[in-house]
Amino acid sequence: MKTLQILGTGCPKCKKLAENTEAAAKELGVEYDLVKITDINAIMGFGVMMTPALVVDGQVKVVGKVPDVADLKKLLA
Amino acid sequence: MDWKKEWKPLAIITAAFLACFYLPVGIPRFDNAVKESLYLVKWYAQEHVVLCLVPAFFIAGAISVFISQASVMKYLGAGANKILAYGVASVSGAILAVCSCTVLPLFAGIWRMGAGLGPATAFLYSGPAINVLAIVLTARILGMELGIARAVGAIGFSVVIGLLMHLIFRKEETQKAIAQAAMPTPEVPRPLWQTAAYFASMVAILVFANWGKPESDTGLWYAIYSAKWAITAISAVGFGVILTAWFHLPWWKVVLAAIPTVILAALFPHKPILAFAAASIGLSVITSTSDGEMGEWFGVTWGFAKQILPLLLGGVLVAGALLGRPGMEGLIPNAWVTWAVGGNSLASNFLAALIGAFMYFATLTEVPILQGLIGSGMGKGPALALLLAGPALSLPSMLVLNSIMGSKKTFVYCSLVVIMATITGIIFGAIWG
Repeated sequence: MKTLQILGTGCPKCKKLAENTEAAAKELGVEYDLVKITDINAIMGFGVMMTPALVVDGQVKVVGKVPDVADLKKLLA
Repeated sequence: MDWKKEWKPLAIITAAFLACFYLPVGIPRFDNAVKESLYLVKWYAQEHVVLCLVPAFFIAGAISVFISQASVMKYLGAGANKILAYGVASVSGAILAVCSCTVLPLFAGIWRMGAGLGPATAFLYSGPAINVLAIVLTARILGMELGIARAVGAIGFSVVIGLLMHLIFRKEETQKAIAQAAMPTPEVPRPLWQTAAYFASMVAILVFANWGKPESDTGLWYAIYSAKWAITAISAVGFGVILTAWFHLPWWKVVLAAIPTVILAALFPHKPILAFAAASIGLSVITSTSDGEMGEWFGVTWGFAKQILPLLLGGVLVAGALLGRPGMEGLIPNAWVTWAVGGNSLASNFLAALIGAFMYFATLTEVPILQGLIGSGMGKGPALALLLAGPALSLPSMLVLNSIMGSKKTFVYCSLVVIMATITGIIFGAIWG
């Protein structure tokens, strides 16, 4: 079970990252729990200032960009 | 019937019915406003989309893919040189804030984890005003001097506002978040000068394709105007060479994309827009079918186009209906506009700045709205005041700012923005009005 957190204020890029991450997790067949975090103060708590960002099990993996599904699979594997 | 659930559709249908029932068709002012809005949107579609917006989208996309944001952010980090931080913060919006939704998280980050409140405020103020799309469209539609004044005013006054915020709240600047800022690791796939040449060729295409006809028939500007398509073509060839040599696009793809462009240019030499459109489509096809950087570039570019174009054309329709084309009248009488924000008085500059501060402008829609207002009699000073206060602030962004830094700082910041925008407007209006 992986906890995936998408940090972003709700702009199109953040939605794209959420979509791609979900697609990657499904392709890998891992169980996951995807949460979107939109509160700026909460995002700052992760030390992230460039959105969108992806946090996997509490670790910041992606900051300020939207990787494609293939790259995300490597990060989630 | 479940009225708790059904009241919403009922309200919408009733409102739509009443709107249709009392539709003011036939009243000259309304009919004329509809006509004006359609004329205006047609003018935008014909004059500004292919030659101006499309290349600007590609450049904006390229900025977010090929310029390392991390390399800029290190000048705004916790250990940064304070003086340098102000300078970098005031201009980095051009690179960092291509999309307005990224401004607020970056602001919060620079304040809490980085260089502090001053540089963060400087970034917050200048960011929305100096992104590439905003400057290109402002200069193109509202005139070169207003475009330059917008960029210069935003950069200059952002430093002043940042310093003032720092001085006013210097006693509170103590606790910093312990969280260490997570930065993307910069990747360096090619030397800087190659990236610079790539951007230069794209900017050259954008600038020369849109070179305006100067008033006199002689001199350097006119010589450039006469040769503008030749210069654009040379830039485009250079751009193609750069893409194959340094960006790993297969040469046959680039040649394939160039063939329709060349044919159209030869067949219709007096309609260069056709060749330009073919080249844009060709570039889209070859980048969207590539992997890696090129594919990502197209993805981001397309994202911008999808996000901004509907908003912009919608904004043009609304602005056209309310204010009409320049020199014409829409729903709002010109006399009202002239009365409220005409001339260059303190009152009209202040009013423009205040309206701009509270109103929400979707990305770039401030440009057609201002075009309408100027056409209806708004002075150039108030126009700049609105441009400076408008995109930097809105009621929704004030609420978010309030949750980030508290009501006192938010109030001081908003007041400073309105005051600065008013002063800048008066100065600009006095010189160029």
